[in-house]
Amino acid sequence: MFDSVLKLKTTYSKEVLGMRVTKFLVIIAVLFSFTVMADAGTLEDVKTRGKLNCIVSSGLAGFASPDEKGNWQGFDVDFCRAVAAAVLGSGDKVKFVPTTNKTRFTQLNAGEGDILFRNTTETLSRDADLKLTFLPVNYYDGQGFLIRKSLGVTSATQLAGASVCIQTGTTTELNLADYFRANKMKYEPVNTETNEESIVAYESKRCDVYTTDASALASTRAALKKPSDHVILPEIISKEPLGGAVRHGDDRWADIGKWVVNALIIAEEMGITQKNVKELAKKSGNNPGMNRFLGTEGSMGEMLGLDKKWAVNAISAVGNYGEIFERHLGPKTPLALERGLNASWKAGGILYAAPIR
Amino acid sequence: MDWLFLDAAFTGGSRDECSAKAGGACWAVIGERLNLFTYGFYPVAERWRVNLSLVLLIFTLFPILFEKAPYRKYALHIAVAFPFVTAWLLVGGLGLTPVETDQFGGFMLTLVIGITGIGFSLPIGILLALGRQSKLPAIQIFSIGFIEFIRGVPLITLLFVASTMLNYFLPPGVTFDLLLRVLIMVTLFASAYMAEVIRGGLQAIPKGQFEAADSMGLRYWSAMRLIVLPQAMKISIPGIVNTFIGLYKDTTLVIIIGLLDPLGIGRASLADTRWTGLSTEVYLFVAIFFFISCFGMARYSQHLENKLETDHKR
Repeated sequence: MFDSVLKLKTTYSKEVLGMRVTKFLVIIAVLFSFTVMADAGTLEDVKTRGKLNCIVSSGLAGFASPDEKGNWQGFDVDFCRAVAAAVLGSGDKVKFVPTTNKTRFTQLNAGEGDILFRNTTETLSRDADLKLTFLPVNYYDGQGFLIRKSLGVTSATQLAGASVCIQTGTTTELNLADYFRANKMKYEPVNTETNEESIVAYESKRCDVYTTDASALASTRAALKKPSDHVILPEIISKEPLGGAVRHGDDRWADIGKWVVNALIIAEEMGITQKNVKELAKKSGNNPGMNRFLGTEGSMGEMLGLDKKWAVNAISAVGNYGEIFERHLGPKTPLALERGLNASWKAGGILYAAPIR
Repeated sequence: MDWLFLDAAFTGGSRDECSAKAGGACWAVIGERLNLFTYGFYPVAERWRVNLSLVLLIFTLFPILFEKAPYRKYALHIAVAFPFVTAWLLVGGLGLTPVETDQFGGFMLTLVIGITGIGFSLPIGILLALGRQSKLPAIQIFSIGFIEFIRGVPLITLLFVASTMLNYFLPPGVTFDLLLRVLIMVTLFASAYMAEVIRGGLQAIPKGQFEAADSMGLRYWSAMRLIVLPQAMKISIPGIVNTFIGLYKDTTLVIIIGLLDPLGIGRASLADTRWTGLSTEVYLFVAIFFFISCFGMARYSQHLENKLETDHKR
């Protein structure tokens, strides 16, 4: 049997073989060009599929977690729902793709998700090197310190010589080093791998201070045995603008993500809420800006390649930015986060969305 | 003990309600999320299909595992249909509402991956082990190459490749079910280990046994099936079960690629603001589940060893 195979092989002339190789290469090239073409139309892909694949965290308090019935809930989750509602008309047409810190960008770039809302800090290297296009910031976070009240520390500048619990391989680790160096203080790092490990280390007093993003500190504090024994120091030592992201190379899709986020922020400025949006959208009123938003005037939705009612759909699915914040992070939740920087610019925050016109 | 039972709260809507009732463990989180732990995100209306599959599993496993089961002969024939029937039940189609496999989760996901891996890796492993000892160079080289490649790469890498890299290689539009990719990878991984375990068993068979089989005029497959493999398998039982248990526990790695097994569900539950900080309860619960399954497997393997004891011991 092997002999016959060998004979067959020898009957091919070099030219025939060459042609075969060329053919093979052409096929591969065609396949790859298809890949590129398919990437060009995320909006069409999502519409054909009838579902938005949205990358979220596999579990982060207040931002994404499944409830007892298996429905995903959270701040990031609601942004997914808003995009789904704007594109497909319903906030339930989402498939959530839970990811870890390590896999989130790979999953996005591999096409397992159309859009990412996963409390992700926007940085230059992620934008340029990992080939992401960031959407407007939907949460301004920053690194803070959690400390036991009994130590009597009231400011981060009094932390000289403290032992600090820190997760390795994060930007927070680098920020911490920078901060202590700039303030000419020494510290003793207690390195851990995950947030949970850090909490255990902090609770068992292996470190005096725990540092990570302020939003995560709030949830950590809420989860401690006696939250009132601990305080979060007022200093915020880094900028962590969290936002959604999409793949490079599909500007139209990035525009949609961008304007859905903007619409949620603008809705709060205009006082459009989940409750009154349907009523307001029934007929056009005296406020042209609001009319454009609600689709009763102009053709904003069509320009994005969406339905006229895109913003109305998004708001009726999840409410405006303020409502989303209140529901998942605000003072009535166990996280009890203040709006702070995340208040609208009219209310002293820095949320400032470009106008819809 | 006090913490576990006496001072524990079993009902409540949040951690605060628990701690208001009792100072010990808060098992309410498990109670509230038992369905999530069991079925994952499987649609509520279709969960009877999962239950039915479990019943079928018990009815299939019983005659396979225990010699004294009634109608064993027929039951074994029917067992061949089990994987297909269950796959149809779980995934749907052909009259049933289709359920996407990314909605699988919890214990059900562990069982699906574990049992598929265990069920398929044994036969593939046997073939690879025989292949590695084959006199035909093509088969031998393939077997060695396959085994050494898989053993040289961590499972987590294979899963990662399955979940993300594959999409780069496949033409667009061709989507390959994520769970199916995982099942294939896990099975291949376990097969490679299985092959080496069984090869160990094969090498322990005295040469006389092979020669005896030859002298009786048995062909290769008959000799293997009737004489060599039964002895080799018996020797390898501890190793085989070891591999099974390892595979079963490795299913928790799927969290890396975004499938939520009980551990993943547990972590996600801890992220619910009502339940944060109850990690001890959640992890203990998941640990108990894994302990029961793995200990069960270990005990069965001992039972099997005793049963097959043909007293070679001196």
